[in-house]
Amino acid sequence: MENKTLGISNVFTAGLWRENPILRLLLGMCPTLAVTTAVKPALTMGLSVIFVLLCSNIVVSLMRKLLKPHLRILMFTLAIATFVTIADLFLKAFQPEMSTVLGPYIPLIIVNCIIICRAEACASKNGLFVSIIDAIGMGIGFTVVLCILGGIRELLATGRIFDIPVMWQSFVPLAAMRMPVGAFITLGLILGLVNLITTKKS
Amino acid sequence: MDKIYVLLMAFISIVIVNNLVFTKFLGICPYLGVSGRIDMAFGMGMAVTFVVTLAGTLTWLIDHFVLMPYGLEVTRYICYILVIAGAVQLVEMYLRKFFPLLYESFGIFLPLITTNCAILGLCLFINLWGIDNFIETVVLSFGAGIGFTLAICIMAGIRESLKIADVPDSLKGAPITLITAGLLTLAFMGFAGMIK
Repeated sequence: MENKTLGISNVFTAGLWRENPILRLLLGMCPTLAVTTAVKPALTMGLSVIFVLLCSNIVVSLMRKLLKPHLRILMFTLAIATFVTIADLFLKAFQPEMSTVLGPYIPLIIVNCIIICRAEACASKNGLFVSIIDAIGMGIGFTVVLCILGGIRELLATGRIFDIPVMWQSFVPLAAMRMPVGAFITLGLILGLVNLITTKKS
Repeated sequence: MDKIYVLLMAFISIVIVNNLVFTKFLGICPYLGVSGRIDMAFGMGMAVTFVVTLAGTLTWLIDHFVLMPYGLEVTRYICYILVIAGAVQLVEMYLRKFFPLLYESFGIFLPLITTNCAILGLCLFINLWGIDNFIETVVLSFGAGIGFTLAICIMAGIRESLKIADVPDSLKGAPITLITAGLLTLAFMGFAGMIK
């Protein structure tokens, strides 16, 4: 019994740090770089990804015994596309402002490598419960990194977080952080920092 | 004459000014993954160009002649991804039959084109920009592929010389590639505003 709980918590924490989708596996880079101009779109994106990841993992796990090897990627993508359509329509109805900001990056969740990777590596091999835990862990790991990146970029580009000014009066905003340049360089430096921490530990 | 001018401008705009990789962050995964050697990068670029031209044109046709007249826009994403997966399958079969060597060197990356954001992204952007001209769609799709090839080849060239550069240990691999990509987008920002 104890062994089993240990296994479950292992699956959960894997997504947070050890196998973090962005920092370790380098998956899902397009939305990571594109939507992190501020915290709010980053958070919306993260929550949408958690929803899609959870649903697709549940469905894939339930139908894992019916899958044919050569058709499995297609089945995954179709299941994912369905849930992404739901998420997209939901955002359009209840968060129209965020929906326009995120634009095509919500439908682009379909081709987000994280979701297909988890369907392939976890959900198609494990039972329902493990798949759900895995989806939540990976989703939270993804969202946290997205928010950190969005926070750094919003802070340096405008001096605000969630539209609340937090920097001192004479702070000069760095407009470049809003541009693609800021996204690439910030993520590059964060990855470097993570590498440094890992090598220090071991 | 006017028409040719418009098409030429659209082509230059999607290749340089609105390059999908540099301004829209699309296709970053292969951009970071495959761009180690310049010949492989070029092959990948060509495969993507072919698939994106095919997929962009087909999705536009399906969108305008099937989905819109029958009010089936809800199923748009599912249709798009099916068309793209089909096009990739076609390219894979063609390469395996006629260019087995190239097929071998692609390995896992070929099926991964299905999940290349540049392709689905372009189809979605064509829809978002409201392009209602068939020839313009073809030109834009082809230009997007060429733009991707340009970006991935430049990156591969830089990375080949990065191998002999003295990079701090913790920045080796992905981090330095991302920072290089950042500096590259800075250079391409110089083109911004050249064409609206």
